[in-house]
Amino acid sequence: MRIVATVILAAAIAAGAAQAANVTLLNVSYDPTRELYKDVNAAFAKQWKAKTGDVVTINQSHAGSGAQARAVIDGLDGDVVTLALAYDIDAISQKAGLLPANWQKRLPDNSAPYTSTIVFLVRKGNPWKIRDWPDLIKPGVQVITPNPKTSGGARWAYLAAWAYALKAPGGNAEKAKAFVAQLYKHVPVLDTGARGSTTTFVQRGIGDVLLSWENEAYLALKEQGGDRFQIVYPSNSILAEPPVAVLDKNTDRHGTRKVAEAYLQFLYSKEGQEIEAKNFYRPRDAQVLAVHAKDFPTIPLFTVDEVFGGWQKAQATHFADGGIFDQIYKPGQ
Amino acid sequence: MTAAASIRNPTWRSRSVLPGFGLSLGFTIFYLSAIVLVPLAALILRPWSIGWSGFWAVITDTRVLAALKLSFGGAAIAALINTVTGPIVAWVLVRYRFPGKRLLDALIDLPFALPTAVAGIALSTLYSPQGWIGEPLSHLGLKVAYTQLGVIVALTFIGLPFVVRTIQPVLGDLSREPEEAAATLGATRLQTLWRVVLPSVTPALVTGATLAFARAVGEYGSVIFIAGNLPGISEIAPLLIVIKLEQFDYAGAAAIGVVMLAASFVVILALNLLQSWAGPKR
Repeated sequence: MRIVATVILAAAIAAGAAQAANVTLLNVSYDPTRELYKDVNAAFAKQWKAKTGDVVTINQSHAGSGAQARAVIDGLDGDVVTLALAYDIDAISQKAGLLPANWQKRLPDNSAPYTSTIVFLVRKGNPWKIRDWPDLIKPGVQVITPNPKTSGGARWAYLAAWAYALKAPGGNAEKAKAFVAQLYKHVPVLDTGARGSTTTFVQRGIGDVLLSWENEAYLALKEQGGDRFQIVYPSNSILAEPPVAVLDKNTDRHGTRKVAEAYLQFLYSKEGQEIEAKNFYRPRDAQVLAVHAKDFPTIPLFTVDEVFGGWQKAQATHFADGGIFDQIYKPGQ
Repeated sequence: MTAAASIRNPTWRSRSVLPGFGLSLGFTIFYLSAIVLVPLAALILRPWSIGWSGFWAVITDTRVLAALKLSFGGAAIAALINTVTGPIVAWVLVRYRFPGKRLLDALIDLPFALPTAVAGIALSTLYSPQGWIGEPLSHLGLKVAYTQLGVIVALTFIGLPFVVRTIQPVLGDLSREPEEAAATLGATRLQTLWRVVLPSVTPALVTGATLAFARAVGEYGSVIFIAGNLPGISEIAPLLIVIKLEQFDYAGAAAIGVVMLAASFVVILALNLLQSWAGPKR
């Protein structure tokens, strides 16, 4: 009799365990990734269901990269972060201790499953004949780019301009500073985020060239039709590596670590890379990249590590209070 | 027992025939503490982690000073514009009958109800060099959107209902007899307006202007879309606070917040004193 009861109990427990669990993940991301993660989430949920039987629902949160990092530090209970630059995840690690300092070593390719770069979006026909970085400071040209203090994309754009001037023949830090200072004199509006700048340029018709994420430029073309804008690739640009990471402390508390890790791994899988390429992010996988080669012209791309010695240094030199970006905006210069 | 005690000890509070003083005062103090005082105290305590010198360095930075100047200056100009235009609008709505009056009256409240971001986008679309209003203005060499002028336009927009709505009931309650008396005593229309109507409306006008000013100083949503947000030129103080927060500079952000709080308090207090001075003497 007792044995029967035990068996029934065990069966009941087994049944309970086998029953599909419902898991919810929160992906805290930056501005232009809305469309990307909508596709990724659907594909991952399907794969996870097939593999484990569990139903995973992934919620997305989007805003400027810095704002999102601050929200996580202040308690936004995300499971994974997928932000615009490593500095913002470093800040989460340092200020809130939600993940270890060596987080960037935990996943391949500096924890950036896809890359992007900064390109120029100009109006159809390219009336100002903008082909490369020096054309941006021709008299009369208006450049649209967000504020590097609040926008991750703007920081990449600033660094791309700097790297161009530094690596140009006879370039040095002095000349790079002068070039970037000139460039920002041509900026009539500093929006707070990448989407804001795209709206200013595309919807409101302000400016002659938008310094844009490559994926955001393609998205603007796709949504507005190719008859109003065109993309210009400068002679070189920067390799933007938007990193991803699991927030250890949050996932341990939620019991979602395994699925969160699988979610990020999925971004590196063939299927994930294909989705990223379709959303105009450059895939790391050579085969997937080869298939989409026509979307991603090969131009020399500098990395932050080789030109600026990493994000911590770049941030301190250029974007911290009193840094070079502040200096070029000091009145009377 | 308590009644007897309060009669014996009348200095504690002035006697009131209305019961419930203790309960309602207790509630008021609790409520004000929870909603106003505690958050403000938290703000005031925040910046001192960088010390007095750090605080001073933040608030005397040229960029911060420029932003504060724009926020307070812009809010003051916008409030002044509304103290001129607001009474005219209120006067029309109170004194005249015309078709569509109700509709016009309802329109006044829209700046209250509209999400500020929507207002900002609408204004910047209208006033941008390609917009309906901005385009003709640009031919006159006048740029509104993405300049300091744009900031003032946005602040005037959000401030208008405060002035109109505080004056309207006062104007409505004003009896016509003093005006008629003034007329029979030989006052011109302008004199009647200046000497009879305006003094009775002034306290309400000051209140409305104060509210409009206070709202404009802290306004963020509508302004960031129409201001160019260029550091030192068209960057408002609330935006600078957000920028500092996004650089994880909590103390710096709080330092600007404290300065804005103190300056707002001084201005509002001064306006309140002005109002009691300008109001009916009792």
